[in-house]
Amino acid sequence: MAAGNFEKYKSDGSLAGNALEWVDARFPATSMWKGHLSEYYAPKNFNFWYFFGSLALLVLVIQIVTGIFLVMHYKPDAALNANGVPIAFASVEYIMRDVSGGWLIRYMHSTGASAFFIVVYMHMFRGLLYGSYRKPRELTWLFGVGIFLCLMGEAFFGYLLPWGQMSYWGAQVIVNLFSAIPVIGGDLSLIIRGDFVVGDATLNRFFSFHVIAFPLVLIGLVAAHVLALHETGSNNPDGVEIKANKDENGIPRDGIPFHPYYTVKDIVGVVVFLMVFSAVMFWAPEGGGYFLETPNFYPADPLKTPPHIAPVWYFTPFYSILRAVTYPLFGLDAKFWGVVAMGASVVIFAFLPWLDRSPVKSIRYRGPIYKTLLTIFVICFFVLGYLGTLSPSPMGELVSQVCSVFYFGFFLAMPWWSRMDKFKPVPDRVTFK
Amino acid sequence: MSNQGKMDCGRRRLVVATAAVGGAGAVAALVPFVSSLLPSERAKAAGAPVEVDISKLEPGQMMTVEWRGKPVWIINRTKDMLDTLPKLADAVADPKSEKNQQPAYAQNDTRSIKPEIMVVVGICTHLGCSPSQKFKAGTEEGMPDGWLGGFLCPCHGSTFDFAGRVYKSKPAPTNLEVPPHVYLADTRIMIGEDKKGA
Repeated sequence: MAAGNFEKYKSDGSLAGNALEWVDARFPATSMWKGHLSEYYAPKNFNFWYFFGSLALLVLVIQIVTGIFLVMHYKPDAALNANGVPIAFASVEYIMRDVSGGWLIRYMHSTGASAFFIVVYMHMFRGLLYGSYRKPRELTWLFGVGIFLCLMGEAFFGYLLPWGQMSYWGAQVIVNLFSAIPVIGGDLSLIIRGDFVVGDATLNRFFSFHVIAFPLVLIGLVAAHVLALHETGSNNPDGVEIKANKDENGIPRDGIPFHPYYTVKDIVGVVVFLMVFSAVMFWAPEGGGYFLETPNFYPADPLKTPPHIAPVWYFTPFYSILRAVTYPLFGLDAKFWGVVAMGASVVIFAFLPWLDRSPVKSIRYRGPIYKTLLTIFVICFFVLGYLGTLSPSPMGELVSQVCSVFYFGFFLAMPWWSRMDKFKPVPDRVTFK
Repeated sequence: MSNQGKMDCGRRRLVVATAAVGGAGAVAALVPFVSSLLPSERAKAAGAPVEVDISKLEPGQMMTVEWRGKPVWIINRTKDMLDTLPKLADAVADPKSEKNQQPAYAQNDTRSIKPEIMVVVGICTHLGCSPSQKFKAGTEEGMPDGWLGGFLCPCHGSTFDFAGRVYKSKPAPTNLEVPPHVYLADTRIMIGEDKKGA
């Protein structure tokens, strides 16, 4: 299925045909088109959950295009202007009030950030449902974890740019977390900030990371993610390898060409998604204080912390895990172990392909153990996410500790419980009505 | 790889040596990039001392000035406020200010040069938020019973007394930092310097 195994285009004598033949002799146009679209055979039984990969790509495009236009008006400068307002903050207000259509482009970008995480969380959950991370798609999964990490960095750097109160104090807290790492911590947080406090140097380098460094890495990882997927072929809701059953032409019997079948099907997903996206963008761009937090409508004030600071919603499950660690261990303080737990709670997804030992991939043929544990895992994820938006409290701390233990237990005990389940027989072909 | 089995050792050594030199060069090229991430000379030079006039600071009041991009609080403590300090010796983590969070001249019961005037960096030693004033004893909203007044960090709930000493079992590891400071006159303080004209 890899690109390059297709015959070069032969002209039919027309001008366009001659042009394509000329190009094809010099660039793998036909083989890329066929290998990745018109003769890439995807299982015919994709369901609702398979919309989110293409939607993630759509949101990436939205973010890049709106970002290009925002950069034309935004100024990463923490100095105060003549009115005593930081220039960066004032330039965002300028985009919102004076640039024609600026408010719409900015709301597309800010809503797009939250939409990106919603879509990516759904996409990852699909992987959990149908065992998409299992052999032979481990590398596709690993590139995906890389994309997720990159996306978190991208979101963190981007949130500083409006230079509001939440931007400033959020960055202050997160950068100070790195100082908890023994030996190198102090220098590391100095290198991230570029100054002894979060300031102009920090704003400028976060701008650079946000608009150049991370998007480049992100696009590279997305390409690797798709190439790895197209090498192995897509999984499906039955977790059946369609390549195991090919017809006389070497085409999987349960496969259909991605184009036009799934390109057209995905358009339906795109339309529904854009309807929801537009509704949020036009009627609730602040997302009830979850997409754009209220303190960020005040310019950054290094002398005053807002009464309640919390990360944006997509970070709160991991932030809760950070806060749940309150015990020092091995002579290192709780802050350090909190950082370790938070990092581990993200990176642990990378180990899924090797933690899961069940003989079947899809939840359709798994037993009650997986269904129960996955449900509790999702509930814990939501509870942690909710608690992360609240101020710390003794009760919240206890609940987040219980949820964190379950969160890690789900992964770490997986090699045992994933084998113990009662499995149903997996069919040879995909189920399709 | 066509001539398998016959390795030209001299050529192989040259390949290894070339790769090693090239690799060393690539690592060396990282140096200017990483060092550019460190605070610039201008950032290091900033942080000039700040002179503050406290003649209008009434007892019980607090003012905030900016020094090195951080808030520095100057609190004119009343006798009631000062009286809370000895009562808290068992409640705070470092009652005698043994950890190096203040100049030697502020390592005393009130953590200050003059007993009533407290000068302290208003940045929580946990993750760098700025604690908020909770000066009223007992009646402050959201504070525990028997609260004697002080500061609460809104981020992770660390509490501090009127000398910036952290309460026990709170996320903040140490007391608030007392910056170097010196009295130029009775009501004029220089923050960021120890000795007059130094």
